[in-house]
Parts: sequence; C-alpha cells; structure tokens
Amino acid sequence: MTQALPQGKLYESQKLALWYFWVALALFGAQVLFGLLAAWQYLDPGFLYGKLNFMTNRMLHINAMIVWLLLGFMGGVYWFLPLELGREVVGIRLARFAFFTLVAAVGVVVLVYLLVQYGPGNALTLWFITEGREYIEAPRWADIGIVAVMAIFLYNVVATVIRSGRITGVAAVLMFDLIALAGLYMAGMHYTPNISMDQYFWWWVVHLWVEATWEVLVGSIMAMALMHLLGTPRRIVETWLYLEVALVFGTGILGLGHHYFWIGTPEYWLGLGGFFSALEPIPLVAMVVHAVYDAGMHRMQTVNQPALFWAIAQAFGNFVGAGVWGFMQTLPQINLYSHGTQLAPAHGHLAFFGAYVTAILTAIYMALHQVRRPDLPRFDSKLWKWAFVLMVVGIFGMSAAMTVAGFTQTMVERAIGGSTWQAYIEAQTHPWFQNGMVWRFVFGVFFLISYLVLIWDLATIGKGETRAAKEVGAHD
Amino acid sequence: MEISWIETTIAALFATVVLTLWLSRGSGWLEPRFWRNAAIVSSLIMSGILVYLTVDSVNQIREGSARVPAYAVINREIGLKRDYEKRRDVPVIAKEVGFFGKIWSEEEAYALVNKGKMTLQSRNCMDCHTLLGNGAYFAPDLTRAWLDPKWETMVKGMTGKATREEAMAEWLQHPDRYPTFARRMPNLNLSEEEARALVAFLKWMSAIDTNGFPDRFAGVQ
Repeated sequence: MTQALPQGKLYESQKLALWYFWVALALFGAQVLFGLLAAWQYLDPGFLYGKLNFMTNRMLHINAMIVWLLLGFMGGVYWFLPLELGREVVGIRLARFAFFTLVAAVGVVVLVYLLVQYGPGNALTLWFITEGREYIEAPRWADIGIVAVMAIFLYNVVATVIRSGRITGVAAVLMFDLIALAGLYMAGMHYTPNISMDQYFWWWVVHLWVEATWEVLVGSIMAMALMHLLGTPRRIVETWLYLEVALVFGTGILGLGHHYFWIGTPEYWLGLGGFFSALEPIPLVAMVVHAVYDAGMHRMQTVNQPALFWAIAQAFGNFVGAGVWGFMQTLPQINLYSHGTQLAPAHGHLAFFGAYVTAILTAIYMALHQVRRPDLPRFDSKLWKWAFVLMVVGIFGMSAAMTVAGFTQTMVERAIGGSTWQAYIEAQTHPWFQNGMVWRFVFGVFFLISYLVLIWDLATIGKGETRAAKEVGAHD
Repeated sequence: MEISWIETTIAALFATVVLTLWLSRGSGWLEPRFWRNAAIVSSLIMSGILVYLTVDSVNQIREGSARVPAYAVINREIGLKRDYEKRRDVPVIAKEVGFFGKIWSEEEAYALVNKGKMTLQSRNCMDCHTLLGNGAYFAPDLTRAWLDPKWETMVKGMTGKATREEAMAEWLQHPDRYPTFARRMPNLNLSEEEARALVAFLKWMSAIDTNGFPDRFAGVQ
C-alpha cells in the first residue's frame, strides 16, 4: 500500500514538515491573540484606540490564519507525500530555501503591519505596506513571494510524482488541485478602482480557495492520513476522494455565485449562487457518513487516539461549520438581510476550525507519533482530551454568541432599521448584541486556554512514556 | 441574449450526469473509475460555465455600464427608489448638481475616484467596515454611505459645513473629533485631497445597482 522507512527513520521531507508544523502552530497562537484583542475592543472601544486599532488586530487575526493554515497544509503534504510515493521528495534543498524565505517574509509583513499599519493612498502603500483587501492584505511584493513559494511547492510535488513513476489517485488529485490553488491566487493580484470588478476577482481567491481548492487539498491530506491511521484500503479512500472532488467542484465552483448577489453583478447569480451553494453541504454530509462508519468499524480505537478524534472532529466540524452555518445564510432571500452581519464570522469561525484546523492537528499528531515513539502501538496522553474538549467548546461558544448577535443585527439593523448608520448603532447597542460580544470574548479566553493546553500536549506527548511497547499495546 | 439561471443550472447538471455516465460505460457506480470520471467532468463543466459567465459579468460591471455607472456620475444627484415590478430598490441618477462646487470631466472623475479607492485600500477600511456587504463588522456598511441621512441630520451641524461632500470630507479627516457612538473611527491622517477623493468613491459606489442590497435603505419608498 504505502511504504515507510525503517522504524525511527524519517525522510528529509518529513523533517521539513515538522518545521512547517511548528511555525504554523506559533502563528495559530498569534491568530488567537490578535483575535482576542479585537474581541476586547468590541467591549472596550477605548482599548489601544489610535495605537493598535481594531483594523490592525483584525487584519493580523485573519492573515495569521490564512498563513498558518497554508503552512499546515504544506507540512501535511511534505509529511505524507514520501510515504504515498515511497521516495524522498525531489528538490528538498529548494523546499528548505522556500520555507526560510516564507518565514522571513511573514516576519517582515507582520512587523510592517504592526509598526507602520497604513500609508498614504498611493501605489507604494499597496506594494509595500498593505493592499487593504480583506484576507489578502499582504502587500504586492509578498504576493509575488507567495506565488514563488507555491511554485517551488508545486515543483516538489509534481517532480516527485514523475520521478517515482507511479501516479496514485491521491497524488493526481493533489497535483491538479495545487495547480488550481496557485493559479487562483494570481486572480487576487490586480488593482482596479472599480469595486465591483475588484470584488468579482477577489472572490476567486477567497471563495475558490476556501470553498473549493482548500477543501480538496485537505481531502487529499486526510485520504493519506486515513490510510495510515485506520489502514483503510486505497481503493475505498480514493473512491471517496474522487466523489468528494466531483461534489466539491461540482457545487463549489458555481457556488461562488453566492458572493455575487450584491456586488453589482447580474441577477442570474441570485439563482445560480443560491442553487449551487445550497448543494455545497452534500459532500460534507458524505464525509460525515464515512467518518461515522470508520469510527464504528474501529470502535473509536486506533494506534493514535488524538489523531482519530481530530479526524472525526474534522468531518463533523466541516459539516456543521461550513455546511449548516453556511446554508443558514446562503439563499439570497435570507442573505439580503443577513449579509455583512455577525452571522458571517459565526460561520467563518466554525467552518475554518471544523474543516481545516482539525485536519492539520490530525496530521501533526500522526507525525509526532512517528517522530517520538514509532515503537508504541498506541500513541496517547491524558492532556490531549482536555485540549480537544476545551477547543471544541470554545469555538462553538464563540460561534453561538456571534450567531445571536448576527440575528439581532439582521432583525434590528437590516429588516427593521433600513441599514443606515443609525440603524447599525441601534443593533450594536442592543442588549442581545452586547451580550453576544461578552460571551464571544469569554469563549475566546476559553479558546486561548485550550490552545495553551494543546501546545503543551504537542510538546510533551509520547516523551514521558517509559513503558515498553508491549505494555501499552492496544491490539492484544 | 439574457442568461437564465434555471436553464443554465439544468444544462450544467444534465451535461455532467450524461457525460459521466457515457464515459463510465461498463463500470458500476461504486467503482473508482466512475467517480474519477465524475470528478473530471464536473470540474471541467462547472469551470467552463464559470468562465463563460465571467465574460458576461465582466462586461456588465464595467464602469459606464447600466449596472456600474461611469465615474462622472459624481456630478449628479443620486438617490434610490423602489422598483415595484422588480420588487427591489434601484439607484436613481438624476440632474447634474456638481461635486465640491464644480463639474468633473470623465477623466477628472476617474482620477478622483481612483485616488479614493487607493485611499480606501491604504487605510484598510475593509478591516472595520463592509463595502457591498464584504469586510469586517466593527463599523457600518458603506454601500450606500453617501445616501445616509446622518450626514444631513448630524454631521453637517457638527462640522459646520454647508454641503454634504464638505461635511463628509471634514469628518473623514478628523473622525476622532466628531464622535457618533461609543466606538470612534481612529484618525487615519487623511489629507484633504484623500478625504475628498474618498467621498467621491463613496458617492460613485452608492450609484451601483446591487440587486437591491441593502433592502429599503433608510426606508426608501
């Protein structure tokens, strides 16, 4: 099926993957920290006012997320690809160079965000400080750097597949998905004064990354992970992956239309976007069915308990966060009132966590098993359960609080108030909204604690295990 | 030719199913080959339709089209009215009234709105506000900001300016001086030129046909 090196030995590509994972986790911490600062500014608007404004915290919050998830995906691919193809990744020195370039570039961008924050309204600002477009604020020079790094990454994957002489289904899906992913980023690298045109192609990056190519990328990583974690036969895993690609691309590409309801684009997008995006949860339901089946088959027991739980959380989180919370507001008749309210971040938080954070954590736990104690047939700790439960409670709590706030806005500001400046203020000062913001912060603190527990567990799991392999054996 | 969403949807699904079945003749629906074909076919068909619709959409949202007005619209009076046939609000572009006391040629208006858009991006407006509903939620939506009653009822009085555009430009240069809410916009050091350009951008944006978003803005009749 797949080939591994002798126990305790790692491919160079896997050693690089660990670097990716640790930097990703550090940026995860930055995301949580700046998110909390921004959440506190809802409660105390004078906090850091004029020094570190909401806009800067919020920009760092979402950009840290994009970058750490990408780093996590790349780590996942560098970890599993040599196992999948049975050989070292081609161009590993170039890959290392790309890693350090990327980390240095991220450092510079973050420092500029923090210290310079904004600039005069000219092209120089867009090239060197911020591009000012939500999610892809990174200045243009950094865009070019990201594309260069993605090109190296793509080269690593494609050259390794060609050199290995065997194109598995997973590798083929991965290759084509990465080509699309790198190509789509370039759609976001242009400037136009026309805001409708700007947002039209901006969504090609934001939607077609998050709701199409990232879903398939994470599907490929999870497919490789499941073969090792549960020993699921390749034929089954690959059939499910194809099914997922058919459904994700079949619904998600035109599902893009749900972002084209109100940006000036023609009316046919109301119907097309509404219809296809309403179908977007279908592949996610399919994955839940598969996860329940797998978990039942193995009675929730495997060689790597934390990885199994995060993998199952991925299926459910993706379905609930992306599927249910997305469907809730995707029909144009509802979206006319809910668009641009706190319902959007409620969906965003749950979906990004459910679909992507969980998948990366699955991969990291699997990697740590091989790095620390490959001899142990059962990789486990006490602490991971705490991190798991606290994190799930934290993210659901935040999303629930924002959902209540979002409904208040939808009703008070949009449906009744006529969407004006004053209507906005009335919704923001409504007790339901204000309570929502308090609870969002409380659960945010919960989330920070769970993050610290998670990091502690990742740093220590397997290290203190002094028993011999046969004493902790799960399969006896 | 007007594109109909129902025909497009049915054609896309029909083509995907038929082509997948035809390519997968001889294999059962549980075999990997069937779903591999389905994945390739659905990706290609949906991408193809997206490209086709993109060509049409880009033509319809070019500045100066029926949906997205030319930049010189800043010279005109802009409003909203309820279109009872379409059951939604549409922008109304009325008589020429000038902007900051002059009539701007299309080239001048382009330069001004362009500067406004650059200013908008350089100050990360989207990380507090939403534009056309997209952005962050810490501050009000700006889609119809030019038409907001507060400029007339509150900001003109606060700033002591005679026209709406002057009041807006003054407010944008010193938002910290004119609070309207517990949350104040920070002073982002806008020059007068940038503030005026930003007002031009907001006025232009308020004339875009957004399919009725946001619904019944300021209680439009």
